[in-house]
Amino acid sequence: MTHPDPQIDTSPHVSDEIRKTTCYMCACRCGINVHLRTGEDGKPKIRYIEGNRDHPINKGVLCAKGSAGIMQHYSPARLSKPLKRVGERGEGKFEPIEWDEALELATEWLGEVRCKEPRKLAFFTGRDQSQSFTGWWAQQFGTPNFAAHGGFCSVNMAAGGIYTFGGAFWEFGAPDWNKTEFFMIFGVAEDHDSNPIKLGLSKLKSRGVKVVGVNPVRTGYNAIADEWVGITPGTDGLFVLSLVHELLKAGHVDLDYLIRYTNAPWLVIDDPDGDDHGLFARDKNGDALVVDRESGDLVAYSRHGIKPHLKGEVTLPDGRKARPSFELLAEKYLSHEYAPEAVSETTGVSANQIRRLAQEIADAAFKSEVVVDQPWTDMKGERHEKMIGRPVAFHAMRGISAHSNGFQTCRSIHLLQILLGSIDSPGGFRFKPPYPRPVQAQPKPHGGNKPDQPLAGPHLGFLRGPEDLLLEDDGLTPQRIDKAFSWDAPMSAHGLMHMVISNAHAQEPYGIDVLFMYMANMSWNSSMNSAGVMKMLSEKDENGEYVIPKIIYSDAYSSEMVAYADLVLPDTTYLERHDAISLLDRPISEPEAVCDAIRWPVIEPDRDVRGFQSVLIDLGARLKLPGLVNQDGTPKFKDYADYITNHQRKPGIGPLAGWRGNGDQTGRGEANPQQIARYIENGGFSETHVPEEALYFKHANKAWQDWAVEMGLQDGPVENVFQLYLEPLRKFQLCAEGKAKPVPPDSHKERIKACFDPLPIWYAPFEGTGITESEFPYHALTQRPAAMYNSWGSQNAWLRQIHGTNPMYIPSEICDEAGLEDDDWAWIISYHGKIKVPVKRMNAVNQKTLWTWNAIGKRKGAWNLAPDAPEATKGFLLNHLINELLPPKGDGLRWSNSDPITGQAAWFDLRVRVEKADTPGDVSEPVFGAQKSSGVGGNGSLSYGKEWTK
Amino acid sequence: MHPAISVIFFTVTSGAGFGLIFLLGLGVPMPEGPTAAFLASALAIGLSVAGLVSSTFHLGHAERAWRAFSQWQSSWLSREGVLSVITLSLFGLYALIWLMTGERNGLLGFVSAAFAALTIYATAMIYAQLKTVPAWHTWLTPLCYLGFGVSSGFLLALSFGEMDRNFAVMALLINAGFWFVKDRWWRRLDSVGFSETGSDVGTATGLGKIGKVKLLEKPHSGENYLTKEMVHQIGRKHAEKLRLIAKFAGGLVPALVLIAIILFGAPGYIAVVGFFSIMVGLFAERWLFFAEAKHAVSLYY
Amino acid sequence: MTTLPETTGKKLGLVIDLDICVGCHACVVNCKEWNTGGYGAPLSDTDPYGSEPVGAWLNRIHTFEITPEDAPASIVHFPKSCLHCEDAPCVTVCPTGASYKRGEDGIVLVEEDKCIGCGLCAWACPYGAREMDPVEQVMKKFTLCVDRIYNDNIPEEDRVPACVRTCPANARHFGDFADPDSDVSVMTRERGGIDLMPEMETKPVNKYLPPRPKARPDVQPIKATSAPKAEGGLLGWIDRALEAL
Ligand SMILES: Nc1nc2c(c(=O)[nH]1)N[C@H]1C(S)=C(S)[C@@H](COP(=O)(O)OP(=O)(O)OC[C@H]3O[C@@H](n4cnc5c(=O)[nH]c(N)nc54)[C@H](O)[C@@H]3O)O[C@H]1N2
Ligand SMILES: Nc1nc2c(c(=O)[nH]1)N[C@H]1C(S)=C(S)[C@@H](COP(=O)(O)OP(=O)(O)OC[C@H]3O[C@@H](n4cnc5c(=O)[nH]c(N)nc54)[C@H](O)[C@@H]3O)O[C@H]1N2
Ligand code: SF4
Ligand code: SF4
Ligand code: SF4
Ligand code: SF4
Ligand code: SF4
Ligand SMILES: [Mo]
Repeated sequence: MTHPDPQIDTSPHVSDEIRKTTCYMCACRCGINVHLRTGEDGKPKIRYIEGNRDHPINKGVLCAKGSAGIMQHYSPARLSKPLKRVGERGEGKFEPIEWDEALELATEWLGEVRCKEPRKLAFFTGRDQSQSFTGWWAQQFGTPNFAAHGGFCSVNMAAGGIYTFGGAFWEFGAPDWNKTEFFMIFGVAEDHDSNPIKLGLSKLKSRGVKVVGVNPVRTGYNAIADEWVGITPGTDGLFVLSLVHELLKAGHVDLDYLIRYTNAPWLVIDDPDGDDHGLFARDKNGDALVVDRESGDLVAYSRHGIKPHLKGEVTLPDGRKARPSFELLAEKYLSHEYAPEAVSETTGVSANQIRRLAQEIADAAFKSEVVVDQPWTDMKGERHEKMIGRPVAFHAMRGISAHSNGFQTCRSIHLLQILLGSIDSPGGFRFKPPYPRPVQAQPKPHGGNKPDQPLAGPHLGFLRGPEDLLLEDDGLTPQRIDKAFSWDAPMSAHGLMHMVISNAHAQEPYGIDVLFMYMANMSWNSSMNSAGVMKMLSEKDENGEYVIPKIIYSDAYSSEMVAYADLVLPDTTYLERHDAISLLDRPISEPEAVCDAIRWPVIEPDRDVRGFQSVLIDLGARLKLPGLVNQDGTPKFKDYADYITNHQRKPGIGPLAGWRGNGDQTGRGEANPQQIARYIENGGFSETHVPEEALYFKHANKAWQDWAVEMGLQDGPVENVFQLYLEPLRKFQLCAEGKAKPVPPDSHKERIKACFDPLPIWYAPFEGTGITESEFPYHALTQRPAAMYNSWGSQNAWLRQIHGTNPMYIPSEICDEAGLEDDDWAWIISYHGKIKVPVKRMNAVNQKTLWTWNAIGKRKGAWNLAPDAPEATKGFLLNHLINELLPPKGDGLRWSNSDPITGQAAWFDLRVRVEKADTPGDVSEPVFGAQKSSGVGGNGSLSYGKEWTK
Repeated sequence: MHPAISVIFFTVTSGAGFGLIFLLGLGVPMPEGPTAAFLASALAIGLSVAGLVSSTFHLGHAERAWRAFSQWQSSWLSREGVLSVITLSLFGLYALIWLMTGERNGLLGFVSAAFAALTIYATAMIYAQLKTVPAWHTWLTPLCYLGFGVSSGFLLALSFGEMDRNFAVMALLINAGFWFVKDRWWRRLDSVGFSETGSDVGTATGLGKIGKVKLLEKPHSGENYLTKEMVHQIGRKHAEKLRLIAKFAGGLVPALVLIAIILFGAPGYIAVVGFFSIMVGLFAERWLFFAEAKHAVSLYY
Repeated sequence: MTTLPETTGKKLGLVIDLDICVGCHACVVNCKEWNTGGYGAPLSDTDPYGSEPVGAWLNRIHTFEITPEDAPASIVHFPKSCLHCEDAPCVTVCPTGASYKRGEDGIVLVEEDKCIGCGLCAWACPYGAREMDPVEQVMKKFTLCVDRIYNDNIPEEDRVPACVRTCPANARHFGDFADPDSDVSVMTRERGGIDLMPEMETKPVNKYLPPRPKARPDVQPIKATSAPKAEGGLLGWIDRALEAL
């Protein structure tokens, strides 16, 4: 029987207007189309958010977080007015105040510091996407104490990459998804490149390219990988160097590439007793020397038309011996300690698997080389008819970086890529403009502490050697509150935000007066030892004064950290303010185009809140900071939008590269009052394509160099020789050996000698060596859930339904030992603390590794969630087990739980044991008193969009 | 499945109501006079209607309940609605004539009896038709519904004290008989699982060929409509206890009452004790009917 | 009318590629976001900020662990929603005619203002593809974005389901299974697309592409790489290799 179907409207009206801006539900910064439609109250309301198809990052797709933007924008935890603390720190008792009062108070606190001792302001900006501005502001203020979250996030990736080849996995490069023939991904759950990685993986899958996931846990990307390497945490370095061992042994390395683009031929002084032992032999101009294969002469590497040798000891004019760094390298990695059999037990990877993977990698690189028919000229002036690619690509993130051996492990992976000749070659790992940007094109770190004086240069940078450390005249005491660029962490290019509160509390190296933070939930998921940090923040001295006297904090939502502030500056949501995603900062470029973007108020705030950057501009003017006021002392910028348009870092170079001058210039050009309007017209971003000839080998490509200069990405050509052998590390070793100045404290010498090897090495993660194996036999990790962003997704009515609780996933065998079944409760115990958690059995995981989702657990009452919300009763943080300090070594010192080279927080070094929790009650522990939230509040139940549905 | 009180009450009471209609329609002896006629018919209609009304309590939009009559061609739920209305009108007419004239119209009675049986059958088929719930998906289900409807109705009818012991014997046999059927139903439930369709998490996901499949993470960390409605879990022991209660109150007690009537000539109206007891038993039985039944969706959770 | 059309002109549906689904929930949330302001009643959430938040969703991602006899356990992310069955029991059980399958394209929909919220269709569905809205008390189900795919108010290229447009891994494909040459039909043929619980005889339209086989543990030992032949080992080899340059 046939029958007519009911008539339904298949062409309903969707929205009144589409406004295109940039997502900020995470740091990936995708382009979004925000559909607006009139709500009940006649005001525009968000109907729908979709990905912007034209956008270079997400090409139209949108992740779960981005799609939940509506619920973030209307979150009950949104702050609505400046707050002044009335209760004790941590309680969350505030009185709302007017902006003028708030800004006057802040100006008073900060002004005092600036005219006396600027360093008593510690300004740390967490998950900041405007670091080029906030850093510049702090520079004008004159405090040496500025950094964002990089130090506890992924500085090992940034530093390891920049120091080695002038790029980095960490947003500064990407695999050549369209051409690679073999892809290996290390320690990634989500990464900042959330959507691009997924888009890329699907490309590989559709091309049938092999994907190998190296990860103790087989979820997410590793679940879809064709092969899984279930490695034991903290041992990737060994695994990779064993691959290197195999490749060298079989001669599967690209010697031509090594000679042209790396310091493999550079001669290393071999003079064990001399002060220069292990440094490069250089001529009087400081140019590194090599041996010419033809003539056998010692010549400067920079000389054109030479044929540098890769082996053979030579005698230098001064009689000392020297050998090409490649010879040292080959000897090192060919030694048996890197043989697959030798590393198999430690890494948990079978010798067979290592061997086979080495062969597959070699086959991909050398048997299926890709050739791009594009002539190009290198920087030595040599013309190449084609671009020859080694189509093997790697990607790595925090599984590598968040260990105390992360810097060296990251370098090991780069070493492997470079030996294969795959960096920025077709099918390999590609630079994203403005990168490549090697160390010599990077700023050095700057300190200082002069009353009413700005800093001479940016706080953060890449030191060339011990001479650039930020130490007091005694050559020992750190200048910075986080002890960055000191002997504790010499190459801490992003600072050590995770040490600020505990150092400030210990008044080590000195006490501070104002702690000014932005966008970092430091009293909870963002800190190690969260319980301890909460204490430090609220501890008082004998006079009843807080040990950390004043805390100013800017947040948009009622987070755990808000409750610890004395003064809260409420920010807008990401849809209500101007932002610049700037080339001066962490750009959104793709390998084939320079890109930057903006945010703009696509919807007006309905609360008394202000964009934090505009507030800083205002504060800067009130404090009369140079660059923020005119001659006559009047404010230089109306607000952040005005700054974005008119600020020039260097003549012709501003926060945004697009539509400069009369709108017809890109990169360089005068400020254009119409610039933001032009961005909005273009969908919120600008994209300029790299010329064909400059698409690959950017590190040595003349066309690229010329174009980069023209675009204002760099001021002149930059030589970029990949540093397989990293001389600055050797310089630190020389200091530790007492052969160079300054000399580190005795306590640090051994560690520096052992860890600062100029060639990538592996050493066991520190926490593991500080405890007794048998007591804490297992590793415990966190992973990013794709559908939740650190702490800030839990206020989101939709996302919290997906991740409202987080079980501890424990290998079945460990469960059997401990007598644990699904949904039982267990104690997870580290040397530092214990937590009680719900259990889920799992097989697809490294047999020594427990894991859980990151930052799901919430403090009672925070985020305007009900005190009995599952996030607070069943959810938990691993952070309570992780100490910011290592187990005592008996040397009287407490070492920071960080990488000794970069200071990167070693979250994943954690070691634990498991015990069944027989204590009744199924509430996760520890439990903390409920804190009071200050958000706008939420409804009893939601029927979002009812007004538009029939 | 989630045991919703409204639905349990609906199936049990309307079952008894239509069971009584069935018997009255077949002309089982009743005391002379309008009082009995009125009481009997009122009880029959009252129980049925009470059941039907309660069934609307679990509707999201009871005000639209009338729409449920439209799909009798394809939907058992719709048929149940239509049939109960027909049955009630036919029996209403029958009762009216009975009250007015004291006459019980045989033909009309027979027809309403038939429709009463059909109605109970339709009610049962709402559940028995569901392939997704193997425990229900058997001809034993309507059999039990019919049997228990008639048994409970029978005990009520007996309570009017007008029937001789042969009827009591009949009631005894019917009730006992259907508890045996129910016992088979239970034994089937214990063994059937998803064996008849061969469904398991392997076929549900199509991943069974690769290896042993286990849910690692629920789609959402909290509960949802499906888990609340269809993934209801009940402890083995708990179920055992309730089955005993059901058999005791629903089977044994009424049996003893009937035996008392049959062997010791106890007055018929003590059957009312049996009636209340069987209602208790059937509530337990019906609660289990839902609580013990596994839905295919549970394979995904 | 809850009797099923014998045949439908088109057979619109989705192919879901289990080999590439990374379980990111993008489709889940974007679906909710589109549909809560779109076809029929909003998709409500009760106790959204409390201890038991429960909302109506049209698509959910399960995560399964598969443990083979002789290989390491693996994980499959499993998106699940309505499969637009050709023999849809959810339709025939509906007493009001609210639940129906469209003759022209086979989409199974609920005419919400006819729905009495009895829940029987949800019971009849083997796949858990129907959810009662906790506030509106009508049956909600996946609409295949019937208000997008024919919508003249959105650009041609966007006339696909919200979840398909948003999936970052491109694991969801929309098309007409009645056309043997459509992408979805071809993909299903080539990759051996499967039905869920075929034994329930619902004849699902949507198909799932099974995960491709994973690398297996090496059974026979892999021989150690031998250093390059001839004298000098690696360094000797370097010489010759350099000559070759
Ligand atoms: N156990 C464990 N802990 C970890 C990690 C781990 O791997 N394991 N990872 C570490 C890493 S890498 C990081 S980056 C941190 C991340 O953790 P956090 O740095 O705490 O970052 P979020 O929690 O994302 O958000 C920080 C604050 O930003 C606020 N915020 C959100 N949007 C806005 C806005 O528009 N304006 C303002 N002013 N504030 C806003 C949020 O409300 C929140 O309070 O966690 C660290 N903690
Ligand atoms: N959806 C979502 N996206 C996010 C975030 C979020 O919270 N949610 N947070 C953002 C932030 S702040 C950051 S820093 C990035 C981090 O993004 P990721 O780099 O993906 O960092 P994590 O999620 O911490 O995951 C670390 C991964 O490394 C693995 N791992 C741990 N130890 C080891 C090891 O020793 N070896 C190997 N091979 N693997 C190991 C873990 O199992 C995990 O899969 O994500 C960003 N993007
Ligand atoms: S990845 Fe998701 S949350 Fe992050 S920016 Fe892109 S869309 Fe937004
Ligand atoms: S969006 Fe795509 S990849 Fe993500 S869960 Fe859905 S289907 Fe899988
Ligand atoms: S999947 Fe379920 S709801 Fe969808 S058509 Fe099939 S039976 Fe009906
Ligand atoms: S809930 Fe609505 S759609 Fe489902 S069967 Fe009942 S009336 Fe039909
Ligand atoms: S097709 Fe539309 S309704 Fe169906 S899951 Fe995708 S987005 Fe949701
Ligand atoms: Mo991070």
